[in-house]
Amino acid sequence: MKNTAIATVCAVALTAFLGSAQAKTLVYCSEGSPENFNPMINTTGTTFDANRPIYEQLVGFRYGSTEVVPSLAEKWTVSPDGLTFTFNLRKNVKWHSSKTFKPTRNFNADDVIFSFERQWKDASPYHKVSGGGYDYWSDMDMTKLLKAIEKVDDYTVRFVLNEPNAPFLSNLAMDFATIQSKEYADALMKAGKPELIDQEPIGTGPFEFVQYVKDATIRFKAFAGYWGTKPKVDTLVYSINKDPAVRIAKLQANECQISFGPRPADLPALNADKNLTVMAQPGLNIGYIGMNTKKKPFDDVRVRKAVTMVIDQQAILKAVYQGSGQPAKNLIPPTMWSYNDKTPAYKLDIEGAKKLLAEAGYPDGFETDLWAMPVQRPYNPDARRIGELAQADLAKVGIKAKIVSYEWGEYRKRAQAGEHQMVQLGWTGDNGDPDNFFVPLAACSAHNAAQWCNKEFDDLVTKAAKTSNQAERTKLYMAAQDVMTKESPYFFIAHSVVYLPMRANVTGYKMSPFGAHRFDLVDLK
Amino acid sequence: MLRFLLSRVSLILPTFIGVTFLAFILIRLVPGDPIEARVGEHGISDERLAELRHEFGYDQPLWKQFLDYEVQVVKGDLGVSVVTRESVWKEFVTLFPATVELSVAAILFAMLIGLPLGVVAAVRRGSAFDYGLMGMSVTGASMPIFWWGLMMILIFSVTLDITPVSGRISDAFFVEPWSGFMLIDCYWSDDEGACRSAWSHIVLPMIVLGTIPLAIIARMTRSSMLEVLNEDYVRTARAKGLGGVRVVIVHALRNALIPVVTVIGLSVSGLLGGAILTETIFSWPGVGHWLVESIARRDYPVLQSGTLLIAVLVILVNLGVDLLYGFLNPRIRR
Repeated sequence: MKNTAIATVCAVALTAFLGSAQAKTLVYCSEGSPENFNPMINTTGTTFDANRPIYEQLVGFRYGSTEVVPSLAEKWTVSPDGLTFTFNLRKNVKWHSSKTFKPTRNFNADDVIFSFERQWKDASPYHKVSGGGYDYWSDMDMTKLLKAIEKVDDYTVRFVLNEPNAPFLSNLAMDFATIQSKEYADALMKAGKPELIDQEPIGTGPFEFVQYVKDATIRFKAFAGYWGTKPKVDTLVYSINKDPAVRIAKLQANECQISFGPRPADLPALNADKNLTVMAQPGLNIGYIGMNTKKKPFDDVRVRKAVTMVIDQQAILKAVYQGSGQPAKNLIPPTMWSYNDKTPAYKLDIEGAKKLLAEAGYPDGFETDLWAMPVQRPYNPDARRIGELAQADLAKVGIKAKIVSYEWGEYRKRAQAGEHQMVQLGWTGDNGDPDNFFVPLAACSAHNAAQWCNKEFDDLVTKAAKTSNQAERTKLYMAAQDVMTKESPYFFIAHSVVYLPMRANVTGYKMSPFGAHRFDLVDLK
Repeated sequence: MLRFLLSRVSLILPTFIGVTFLAFILIRLVPGDPIEARVGEHGISDERLAELRHEFGYDQPLWKQFLDYEVQVVKGDLGVSVVTRESVWKEFVTLFPATVELSVAAILFAMLIGLPLGVVAAVRRGSAFDYGLMGMSVTGASMPIFWWGLMMILIFSVTLDITPVSGRISDAFFVEPWSGFMLIDCYWSDDEGACRSAWSHIVLPMIVLGTIPLAIIARMTRSSMLEVLNEDYVRTARAKGLGGVRVVIVHALRNALIPVVTVIGLSVSGLLGGAILTETIFSWPGVGHWLVESIARRDYPVLQSGTLLIAVLVILVNLGVDLLYGFLNPRIRR
């Protein structure tokens, strides 16, 4: 019976085998479904990736870099006091159209005001649409930061801030600061279906949205009216597969040409495949073990220092990251400006650690928990394994660590509340500014994983955020890193290297330091 | 007949309440709620968490949530996905044709191959073919779908490279969803080759999903045929001098089919269960795949109402089978 079945497959499959494709189609094997089509109300990289072909912001990041460049704003000026940003908007920027919406005007200042007020003001008719949660807007403290947004004329918009803020421009280049069409919004409101603005998106970007089949595909077509460099392919498809093994199989079968990050274990096979190239780039991320400075015994800096002296970082990198990580010694990755290379790397010193523990009053060690997150992240591919390795190392000085894990939501919540003694967590940067690492991960305001609050450090990073001169800021951040090294609230594990496998005929792809995926300048030979 | 129908229908209400209750309570036993499942490294403020919980009613006591849900369903409102904020009904309707398409293909595949094999095995009882077939059908019936699917992909898609790995159609083709059935809609596509692509995509999932029913149908047909072949009327037909094929097909098979029909009908609910696994392996965009993804997202409304819709479907199919069986075999009706 099975033989008959197999014979039937072969016959049907051979006769039915797919012919050649028509227009130039680029298929990207993505890792998950977007929540919807509006980056304002989401926080996941998957959703941002799915929206990037469609939408644009006032400013953007240069392809493959963290440098802020003009996008929907052609140029901008900053007042000497750093409080007023004036943007000159690009003219002749066309909006996409759909079956239900045909734009009658080009992009202008009204769209900018609408998009920011939607996230900012309760009075905006769209503020509550699709749940009304603008998490990134809150994370970036935009409401506190902004005093006013004014329309000067149709193509000039002025942002007034409450205090100088150096990362502000980088914030505006982030996905959440997307510009939506006010005309479309008004039309939908009139039709009584405002929520469609986030499901059937209209943007100004290089690709128009065509169709979304949940958990299967997102389809885009090149936008003929695009103001910038026209996309090199006619059709862009995101083929959604959560399973990394299936994504790799599809890539090898040329069913997709670029695939989302593979598992470290798949890398040797991918590298050996002549039809593929694997791009690599140090990720803008950090994986660490936070030690709860509010709880005994980690309230003693000597204990924290001792921990950093016994965990074998190299062994973890070798066993868990399998070549996809670089050892970390600072909170920010080495590719970021203001990285303090003078920070000494971790050095194994069991005897030294024992001495420190004895001084702190723990000559025989102590018992602690060591939390392992239940999810896989580029900066931490296997927290349980890392936990086990660290556990063995800690045992050498008498520290008995018990590995603890919870479901991810619970884990994050309990860690934020400081229920742990030692916890593994991490971070991926959003906008390339050091402020985006130091403040959320180590400032007093942040419920950070070490429950660490250090006045000296806080003053340095607060001052740096208010300074616009980058050389000046670099000095402040360098000093802040020295404080961290001295206090050791964290054991930094690694910055992961992010890999992106693709077919050998893909040209023009540049990896983003933020792990963002962008395909408008990609071509197929 | 009416009493038979009524007795069957009267069982539906308790089943409905049981299913909604189980779907409601089971997903809540899994740690994490839909709001928290969506929070990333950025965390979420307590106020925002409370606001979202309130919006979806998750701050209410469980019994109240359940009652509210029952009332809402009775009013015909299946709720809105927590993640996409689209109506569950709309999502179900767009994805369901894919599941139907795959299930129908699988059951046709199982019947077209299983019936003749069973008949031949019965006619050649005790032959090497019979033993071989029965051995294989035990294997087939106990085949773990997950493993079988991955093996098929490995052999036919990766190693031999003759079938696509996953999906319903090559991503190069755009097919306007008109009926929702890809094998039908593809004929209206402007892209030449769309249908060939759609057919090549359904082959592997169809075989994987059809394997267990195929094995069961083959076994059932064989044993049912063996019974019938010993009946007096078959001997009479033979005695009348009718040809072997004619006796087997016309006289024996028609009578042997009655239990087989039941098995086919009952395997429809099994198919839906199998479809959940098959769709997951082949990224087949149907309701099974949708439900599995929704578990990871803790999307309570989708899980509750999706499960309910599938349960309703199984109930309807079983009812249909009962009625059909009663129709085929008048003795049941009494």
